[in-house]
Amino acid sequence: MKNTFRRWLDGDIDLMEDITRTAHEHDMDRDEIKARKKKVSEIIRQREDAQSIILAEEKGFRIFYNIAAIICCAMLIAVLLYCVANLPRFGQENAQATVVTRRYIERGLEETGAVNIVSGMILDYRAFDTLGESHVLFTALVCVMVLLRKDWKNMNSKFEDYSSIRSDRYFQTEKDAILQTIGIVLVPCIFVFGAYVLLNGQNSPGGGFSGGAILGAAMIIFTSAFGFRKVDRFFTLKLSSYVTFVALSFYSFAKGYVFITGANGLDNHIPKGIPGAILSGGLILPLDIAVGLVVACTMYGFYSLFRRGSIGGG
Amino acid sequence: MNMIRNFPLFTIVLSLFSGVLCTMLKGKTAKYYTLIYECFLIVLVFFVLWYTYRTGDSFTYTMGEFPAPWGNEIRAGVLEATLALSFLIIIFCSVLGGWKFLVVDVDETKVNLYFTLINLLTAALMAMIWTNDIFTGYVFLEIMTLTSCGLMIVREIGRTTLAAVRYMILNLLGSGLFLLGVVLLYDITGHLLMVPMQENIATMAGTSAAMEPVTMSLGILTIGLSIKSGLFPFHFWMPDTYGWSTPTSASILSSIVSKAYIFLLFKIYYRCIGIEVFERLPIRKILFILGILGMIFGSISAIRKSSVNRMVAYSSAAQIGYIYMGIGIGGMMGYTAAMFHILVHAVTKSLLFLTTPRLAEVSGDSLLFKNLQGSAHRAKDAGIVFLLCSLSMVGIPIFAGFSSKLMFALSAAQADNMKILFFTMSALAISSVLNALYFLRTVIRIYTEGRGGADISAHKLYEEEKGIRGVAYDMEDDEEEEETTLSKMEFRIPAAILIGMNLFLGLFSWYTVDLIQKGLEMFP
Repeated sequence: MKNTFRRWLDGDIDLMEDITRTAHEHDMDRDEIKARKKKVSEIIRQREDAQSIILAEEKGFRIFYNIAAIICCAMLIAVLLYCVANLPRFGQENAQATVVTRRYIERGLEETGAVNIVSGMILDYRAFDTLGESHVLFTALVCVMVLLRKDWKNMNSKFEDYSSIRSDRYFQTEKDAILQTIGIVLVPCIFVFGAYVLLNGQNSPGGGFSGGAILGAAMIIFTSAFGFRKVDRFFTLKLSSYVTFVALSFYSFAKGYVFITGANGLDNHIPKGIPGAILSGGLILPLDIAVGLVVACTMYGFYSLFRRGSIGGG
Repeated sequence: MNMIRNFPLFTIVLSLFSGVLCTMLKGKTAKYYTLIYECFLIVLVFFVLWYTYRTGDSFTYTMGEFPAPWGNEIRAGVLEATLALSFLIIIFCSVLGGWKFLVVDVDETKVNLYFTLINLLTAALMAMIWTNDIFTGYVFLEIMTLTSCGLMIVREIGRTTLAAVRYMILNLLGSGLFLLGVVLLYDITGHLLMVPMQENIATMAGTSAAMEPVTMSLGILTIGLSIKSGLFPFHFWMPDTYGWSTPTSASILSSIVSKAYIFLLFKIYYRCIGIEVFERLPIRKILFILGILGMIFGSISAIRKSSVNRMVAYSSAAQIGYIYMGIGIGGMMGYTAAMFHILVHAVTKSLLFLTTPRLAEVSGDSLLFKNLQGSAHRAKDAGIVFLLCSLSMVGIPIFAGFSSKLMFALSAAQADNMKILFFTMSALAISSVLNALYFLRTVIRIYTEGRGGADISAHKLYEEEKGIRGVAYDMEDDEEEEETTLSKMEFRIPAAILIGMNLFLGLFSWYTVDLIQKGLEMFP
């Protein structure tokens, strides 16, 4: 026992090894695992040696590199400062420069029906940009899924210790009293606040992106307090992809309809509503909801993928 | 007739929708859907080209009910339609031609995500080509950056992840600089739409004090986009990026993504700044010099490589140099040559990246020259295709490469400047010789009799090269698969299409030149 303890202190053995052993390692011979690990560590050692030799050789280059980087940054800073100092003074020297903003401020409410001019601007005047922007988030989610979602390839990689990643599921902080108690109090409040910000985007600061971020944060807090198993019961990969699919295709087609009718000089029959009411601003509210759902799914998806390599179990 | 005016919008919105739809489909279904959808897009864009060519003028399309300075806008002309049409055909061919390797390189459960990325990239490409608004350009440039990283990491071997991280850092630097430039231009002019911005700049072009910030912001923007497209001092991300990703990704990234950035930059020069104002700025000369340096140093780097994919990747750096040189020469002829070379390079380079893995496949999956010996005899179709592409890259008459080099020379002769003429001619001569050196060396190598790496198993070779066992080559017990007619056709059809395009650009270059010049006339 004492001997084992001594060896553990020295870092020779790992007491948790039995628990963290993965299913993949299970059906392999122990000796084979040991031999393979030894081989891998040997390779890693060799590579590190080679690396250190290269680093020593490249020391001169690295000094040059650092100096060059500093000079480049300093030059960029100087150019930008000079440029900003020479900008025409706002609204005075060039009256043309405020034509667009003036119209947004003066006639934004009348034309879009949204009290919050920013919402009116991003979802009505310049809705095409926002259509792209919401797909940027979706693209990022797809990229992270490509990289991190568990599959045959990255699970069978011999050079990464996947047991440490999988162990995250076994050592949950499910019994953490402080986190859970505060979670019970906070999470509903955050959800309600998120919904408020999301639904009130046309009348007050907020909207799809900020509301969705708050909802996503609430999901993350809930997950870290109560564990993935609780969340997996209602939030699966299927639900996530359906929500994203429906929200984004609704966005594309609703906006596509508005673009086509607008460009061809037709009336789009979307009521503007009474400014200040919750159902106002034409399409702004449904679009905000769609964007918010996508943002919430994306945030939770990132968290889940980074922590355990899947969305909604499996 | 008015219906056709809606088509550019359809190409963008439907591509975004298809991207989202592909996450819901199974891998194989997503592939067939994407192929059919690309054909549909090609038809749409062809109609746009026909319509704009017939009416002889470009048309703007308001996105929504708010007209020009207030809402977004897209605009389609002959030049945009020509580029979009060729790019779409190339995407179609790349997906078809690289399918065989895609199955091996991409995990089964992620094939649909791959096609999601392809569709999103198509949407971003279309938006960047049609847009008439500089900020829309930025938004879709972001989508393009992210999708191209995704297309790389999908192979999931350590090398691609490393390359993708490098690529992403450099590209984000480029995006950041581009955004800074856009913000400064917006502050100066008060517009994000290109045409009002141009009018505003034209009024202040008289006073030199007001032009200083414009020049600087344009410079920052140019640096940003030239990092992204791989102009000479920023081309070092290319070999890793193109050399290790799966063939479809490599051919799309090299032939389309970098060209889309160049086209956006060109559009900003032409439409935001106005070409008369731009020709007075010093940026043009710098682009000319960097383009020439890129042509020479890219080729020199390519000569020193021992792997065929890295060589082809470095030759991309040289070809990007040609395009920037064309913009630097200026004049109607110079811009025409640059645009023509965008098409030429896209057509040739995409096919080269589809061919090299075929040669490697029969040489123990190794891309090293020493193992490629005799591979053209083992894979006959790939050998012929590689030979034809190499001849085009070197610039042998009847192929497209010759026409574009001839046009660069003609444009330099028309520039009325002895220095430009001298530098262009010598750069063209040196670069052609260097091109011939490394491409024909490869051709000779693959046609020399020998077994090369054919007898080495892929697995063993990988261990030897890297010292470690790769995940992608882990299928030791796989039996040799007999190549079916279908999988042969999957390579031969896209190869035939691309070579046909190449010969068309080479033999009947005046049709395309006519289209481009018509497009440039209605471009500003």
